[in-house]
Amino acid sequence: MWAYVVRRLAYSLVTVLGVLLLLFVLFFLVTNPDDIARKAVGEKAPPQALEQWKKNHGYDKPRFWNQKHPTDTMLVDHFRRMLTFDFGNSDADDTPIWRRLKSGAGPSLSFMLPLFVLELLLTISLGLLVAFFRETYIDRMGVILCVLAMSISTVLYIIGGQYLIARVLRWFPISGFDPSPSVIARFLAIPVLVGLLSGVGDGVRFYRAVFVEESGKDYVRTARAKGCGEGRILVYHVLRNSLVPILTQVVVVIPYLVMGSILLESFFGIPGLGSITFDAINANDFATLRTMVYLGSLLFILGQILTDVSYTVVDPRVRLE
Amino acid sequence: MEPYVLSNAVAVGLLAGLLWALVSARRSRVWRDAGRELLRRRPIALTVFLAYVAIGLLDSLTWVSASSGGTPQGDSVSLHKPRSTIDRLFPDESYREKSYSAPLADREFLGGAPLRHPGRHLLGTDILGRDVVYQTLKGARVALLVGGFTTLIAIPLALLFGVAAGYFGGRIDDAVFFLISTLASMPSLLLLIALIMALGRGPAQVCLALGITGWVSFARVVRGETLKLRELDYVHAARALGASDLRIVLRHIVPNLMHLVVIAFVLTFSGLVLSEAVLSWLGIGIDGSWGRMIDQARDELSREPIIWWNLVSASVALFGLILAVNLLGDAVRDILDPRTLRERA
Repeated sequence: MWAYVVRRLAYSLVTVLGVLLLLFVLFFLVTNPDDIARKAVGEKAPPQALEQWKKNHGYDKPRFWNQKHPTDTMLVDHFRRMLTFDFGNSDADDTPIWRRLKSGAGPSLSFMLPLFVLELLLTISLGLLVAFFRETYIDRMGVILCVLAMSISTVLYIIGGQYLIARVLRWFPISGFDPSPSVIARFLAIPVLVGLLSGVGDGVRFYRAVFVEESGKDYVRTARAKGCGEGRILVYHVLRNSLVPILTQVVVVIPYLVMGSILLESFFGIPGLGSITFDAINANDFATLRTMVYLGSLLFILGQILTDVSYTVVDPRVRLE
Repeated sequence: MEPYVLSNAVAVGLLAGLLWALVSARRSRVWRDAGRELLRRRPIALTVFLAYVAIGLLDSLTWVSASSGGTPQGDSVSLHKPRSTIDRLFPDESYREKSYSAPLADREFLGGAPLRHPGRHLLGTDILGRDVVYQTLKGARVALLVGGFTTLIAIPLALLFGVAAGYFGGRIDDAVFFLISTLASMPSLLLLIALIMALGRGPAQVCLALGITGWVSFARVVRGETLKLRELDYVHAARALGASDLRIVLRHIVPNLMHLVVIAFVLTFSGLVLSEAVLSWLGIGIDGSWGRMIDQARDELSREPIIWWNLVSASVALFGLILAVNLLGDAVRDILDPRTLRERA
């Protein structure tokens, strides 16, 4: 298995290089450094200030080829800095990007982790429930509700959830964040609830499909013939054998655990990495944005390797060669 | 060439393509049966979806009025402006009010000054005094552009790369697989944001960015299916008879992928429209979309008394389209997916 992991890591390095190349094309070739500098220093700034800003942020170098110093180009710089995690300063206000990442990771994690765990528990148990009642009216109602819930845009859940819970029912504060343990739950309650609601339709439908598919297999029929109860079959046989698709679904979420939710965090005033990304969009802060995309991709690739390894744990038939 | 001529050409082209697809599908028994089954299972969703398409197409047909008839009122610029069929259902620029007004109100919502058109705004007006019904109708065209037109960019791309990778294998497969895995290993919303920030804001850029992110997962499916099809006996037979690669791909591979294309089209559609709403919320969407209307209305619920008509109108329009397409998508998948075909037999 270790040989597999090493080979997988080598492949991932190629993918990471691909991601970096794409980011270079997007942020250094398609976008003109002059435009970025112009937006950062202002329309009326003198040319010297423009040049100085470009020099400070490394946008003054040649893109691909430097006659005197072949390694002193934007391409080499971009790859070297990203691969050594030296992200430099923000394009908008010159704060070190690392400081921002450190300040944002905590709030994002404290918001996304409860959301993630609760959502997983809720969708899987609802999925099991609906699968238990498959081909009855409860199942059909469940599927219809899921399709209805899926057809509502996330932004409507955010507006509607805040309006209903904070303004009409007045259960929790409208927005804001305070990391002290005694009050953090009060501030996170609405965003977590809204996040749960907006993901539940999709999730339940997916898990129902997985469980129903698994329920049609031969070993389930055998278990039933032996006299196993329907509930026991679902939990001990079907759920265990569905762990592979469940794990696959879980990995997709991993990067967002740290990267946060751009929509929810920015709207509810949680100062996580999602909010930082949102601010970077509005401030045309390209340095922060490409760092976020890079880190998100990195976490995603890592998550994929972890899933493959975890398959061997939940399913002994899977051997990684 | 005037931009509105191009918009007309695209609308007519799309309509012609749709009709051609329908006519050619009628010739095959499989597709005829599938169509009939879809009509039997989802008559309402199909009607609703076609209604949206009709509104979008009507809004795409734009022309300049002949100025000969009647006496010109107002300035000559607005008279020579191209207006679409939907525009013509409403009076001209003068139909606007100054600010918010409630549905069918005859006074302004804030301040209570009399309106120019008392009782004529079925769903009231927004902060700039624009009629909400008019804006909502105009949003249909944007949504169809985002969902339909973008899918029409993404699917040929996916077919090209997926079939090439699956059929030829080797180096081509390696290159395509590298491209796919690179794009797929970036969180989709972040990739979308990066693309739009780099390409610049605007409708064409948003569609392009959605197209670039949208083709990847489908290309993977196409590649896998092509790998399977390539080894089938009739493909071997065609090759033994001396058919060229191009002929095999066009006659034997692509037609057998068409059911996947239809499923992918319907399933991608709603995802794209919902993505646009999210992008609008982040301030990088398309002007005139329902997402943009919702974004502009987001603070109106916190007013006292609340202003709901703007938000509700855009939300219901968006919800209706997505729900219809989701229902159609499920039915289409059930009907066309060979796995379910086998189970039913």
